[in-house]
Amino acid sequence: MSANNLHELSLAQALAGLQRGDFSSRELTDACLARIDGLETRVHAFITLTPDLARQQADQADAVRARAKKTGEALPPLLGLPVAVKDVLCTRGVRTTCGSRILENFVPPFNATAVQRALDAGMVLLGKTNNDEFAMGSSTENSAYGPTRNPWDLARVPGGSSGGSAAAVAARMTPAAFGSDTGGSVRQPASYCGISGIKPTYGRVSRYGLVAYGSSLDSVGLFARSAEDLSLVFSQIAGYDERDATTLDLPVPSYDLPQAPDLNGVRIGVPKEYFIAGMQAEVEACVRQAIEQLQALGAQVREISLPHTEYALPVYYLIAPAEASANLARYDGIRYGLSEESETMLELYRRTRGAGFGSEVKRRIMLGTYALSAGYYDAYYGQAQKVRTLIKRDFEQAFEQVDAIACPVAPSTAFKLGEHADDPLAMYLEDVFTLPINLGGVPGLAFPAGFDRQGLPVGMQLLGGHFNEAVLFRIAHAYQMVTDWHTRAPAL
Amino acid sequence: MRYEAVIGLEVHAELLTRSKMFCSCAVVDSTSAAPNTAVCPVCAGMPGVLPVVNRQAVEYALRVALALDCEVAQTSLFARKNYFYPDLPKGYQISQYEYPLAERGRLVVDTISGERTIRIRRVHLEEDTGKLTHVNDGQPRSLVDLNRAGVPLLEIVSEPDMHSLEEVRAYATSLRSILRALGVNSGDMEKGVIRFEANVSIRPEGSAQLGTRVEIKNLNSFRAMERAIAYELERQAAILDQGKEVAQETLGWSESEGRTYSQRSKEEAHDYRYFPEPDLPPLVVDADWLERVAAEMPELPRARQQRFMNNYALAAVDARLLAEEAETAAFYEAAVAAGAAPRLAANYLLGEVFAWMNASGEPFSALRITPSSFAGLIQMLESGQVNQNTAKAVLAEMLRDGREAAEIIAASGLQQVSDADVITALVARVLEENPAEVESYLNGKETLANWFFGQVMRAAAGRANPQILRRELARQLGNLKR
Ligand SMILES: [Zn+2]
Repeated sequence: MSANNLHELSLAQALAGLQRGDFSSRELTDACLARIDGLETRVHAFITLTPDLARQQADQADAVRARAKKTGEALPPLLGLPVAVKDVLCTRGVRTTCGSRILENFVPPFNATAVQRALDAGMVLLGKTNNDEFAMGSSTENSAYGPTRNPWDLARVPGGSSGGSAAAVAARMTPAAFGSDTGGSVRQPASYCGISGIKPTYGRVSRYGLVAYGSSLDSVGLFARSAEDLSLVFSQIAGYDERDATTLDLPVPSYDLPQAPDLNGVRIGVPKEYFIAGMQAEVEACVRQAIEQLQALGAQVREISLPHTEYALPVYYLIAPAEASANLARYDGIRYGLSEESETMLELYRRTRGAGFGSEVKRRIMLGTYALSAGYYDAYYGQAQKVRTLIKRDFEQAFEQVDAIACPVAPSTAFKLGEHADDPLAMYLEDVFTLPINLGGVPGLAFPAGFDRQGLPVGMQLLGGHFNEAVLFRIAHAYQMVTDWHTRAPAL
Repeated sequence: MRYEAVIGLEVHAELLTRSKMFCSCAVVDSTSAAPNTAVCPVCAGMPGVLPVVNRQAVEYALRVALALDCEVAQTSLFARKNYFYPDLPKGYQISQYEYPLAERGRLVVDTISGERTIRIRRVHLEEDTGKLTHVNDGQPRSLVDLNRAGVPLLEIVSEPDMHSLEEVRAYATSLRSILRALGVNSGDMEKGVIRFEANVSIRPEGSAQLGTRVEIKNLNSFRAMERAIAYELERQAAILDQGKEVAQETLGWSESEGRTYSQRSKEEAHDYRYFPEPDLPPLVVDADWLERVAAEMPELPRARQQRFMNNYALAAVDARLLAEEAETAAFYEAAVAAGAAPRLAANYLLGEVFAWMNASGEPFSALRITPSSFAGLIQMLESGQVNQNTAKAVLAEMLRDGREAAEIIAASGLQQVSDADVITALVARVLEENPAEVESYLNGKETLANWFFGQVMRAAAGRANPQILRRELARQLGNLKR
């Protein structure tokens, strides 16, 4: 492989190449930066690029590797591998906008724990990727910095809210990227962009430094081109963090993947509620076919039921906005970020927040404020929490019978920019298969399972029991050993 | 008409932990530290930060809950209280709402008319806000200091069980001394570490129905609290006397004008939109933890007072004064252990030593005397080596320069004259030198005995042992009568 197409390598391939000394981290990083340079005007995956920092980190990684040759010291496991970070994760010294005007000039003085762990593992930061403002959206059209486009069809959205990261990985700008997933924001764009993405168990990866949207649903996720790539980075960022009281102090397995595609003894459930009238026929066909493939690899497949699935959407759109209404109260123009000069305190709040937030963010703040208001709390937020418990119980009961659940990620493939612009409800429906997983707090891994007639990727997702990400890597990896959907690249 | 006051107090006490409630910033004296020097991304409410509960703060809160006989919840929840204000960095305060740390306690206080039990409704943990300073140097501005933002705050809410200013005062001072005794709060009112809110209503005496209550916010001293409540009781009585109705509202207190003023009416009341804090798991206090805290509880002033009364036969008021502060109590008990007679030691400590502290303005911790040197003096007094006057003079010197009693006495020849021969000679001389008075005495003016006593004592420069002197004088006068 020549130095100018190193960006085509998967993370595992790039790591092997670096370890063999086939090329340097600087060469790999330059190839990625050149790829970004060539495509960014069309794709617009990034809000902020950090080429100088990236080259500096790459040079340092190369120096460490060179030194280790002499000293024999152990190397950080992901030394010299580039990564992009969704712009809702705080990066020390690198502005973090959350796709919002209100944080246009906000430069955090600290790294998110997950980002810090990736850097500690030797990764090289390419830049901050685009997303729906404060991760509220399913298309990356709600970014104050303009939409990201789907590398498979530039007229279409990459999904959202982590659309920039998904597009960057799909377009071979970076072998891996961070995302965040509150209601599907990693899995849906992974599906739309034909790549792999993981949303971990709630409490498995620290949320410290992830700018909060819906705190009880938010999770830090990852994109890469394969389950194996995901597992390599995931093992580095997962685990207890004393700065996040909701992380659990459980050991993180090594996620070693088997050499052979053998799923004997693995029980997979297929929830009937996830195949609904009105979903794109090709999506159902691809997912069903993939499930047959898993069966062919030895998995026992059976139909299961998650009876409260239909309530996930209304429950999510009460809980997430309610939490968001409090989480976004801190953007008041007083300590950091946008501040609209005003005569009075109230005026300062109104003008700053009026000018700083986009319409979808305002909509959800209003929704959430209403749901928490005196006299409405019990009927809305309180009731939603009770139903959430039922949805969680659905998953707990299911995982007493099966090791994993297989189902589609979204009812359809990527839609066109502007298609849902005037219809927030239609946009919300994009997440109907992803929201329940966040409400249940269980992990989910999305990966490509085919293409529709228009050549757009179709994704499917595997769900696991709490803290059982390992089974997801194992199944997806077995599938990717016998299929090649995940290796296909968009023609750009 | 005569009215009965119905008063409840909310006490906000900062906890003396090393670090803040949800981050590792130091807790600093917010009245003296340079602004915004104890601030980190967490307590500044930066995007992406998360709170982590300070276990020390929980333990301090548990101490208070136990001291107030509360039922401690095995599981309590933090909640977000939402409102906008520049001193509140996150736009919400992390507090406890539906499920507080502890509930249903009681505090027994002493009043002139006897013991009163004030029920405690709840005790919960929360974080303090920052501080705003309004300046006007040509252009009016408000400055925000976040040093105090996130300092652990304990809210102690009483039931409306108080019916007089005296009860309110007894409750508040007793609570303050408990917080100090537990080592969880300095009690330093000037630094704002204890703040009050009062809810006040009145009703016709004998009525079982509660009147409309008002809430008075931001009372930062005992004086402000008492004045505000007194003002409010009068104001409400005047309204009812006119046949009008008290409005339910939240009031502020103007110290300079000496009156309450309306902050907001019932209709304008804030909707804080409380909901459980998703960033913090439920706070679990298991039996082990609670037992450990209970085992480490220091003795409380009231229990100590009772013990002093039982063990040392002290009067209630003396026992209370000695027991109130751990330091004083420890000094007293050490002195008794070193051999001081308990009641005599109590008298001298509460009389001479307290008077000296008042006069000098020095705190107890600055005393130059030790329990053993103090006990030494008390022993000399009891055994008659010195009399009361001498003891007081010696104690004053001890307090001034820290020398031992024996040293001062030896240096100044202040030892009491207990030698019976010396006293016998002195009595004989005084009787000899005053024949006219002896004559009057023998003719029935027996009160002259006291005059002779004074004369002998003067001749002995005040150092004669009074018991021996009295005995000897009686003996010689008796001899003359025969
Ligand atoms: Zn702090």
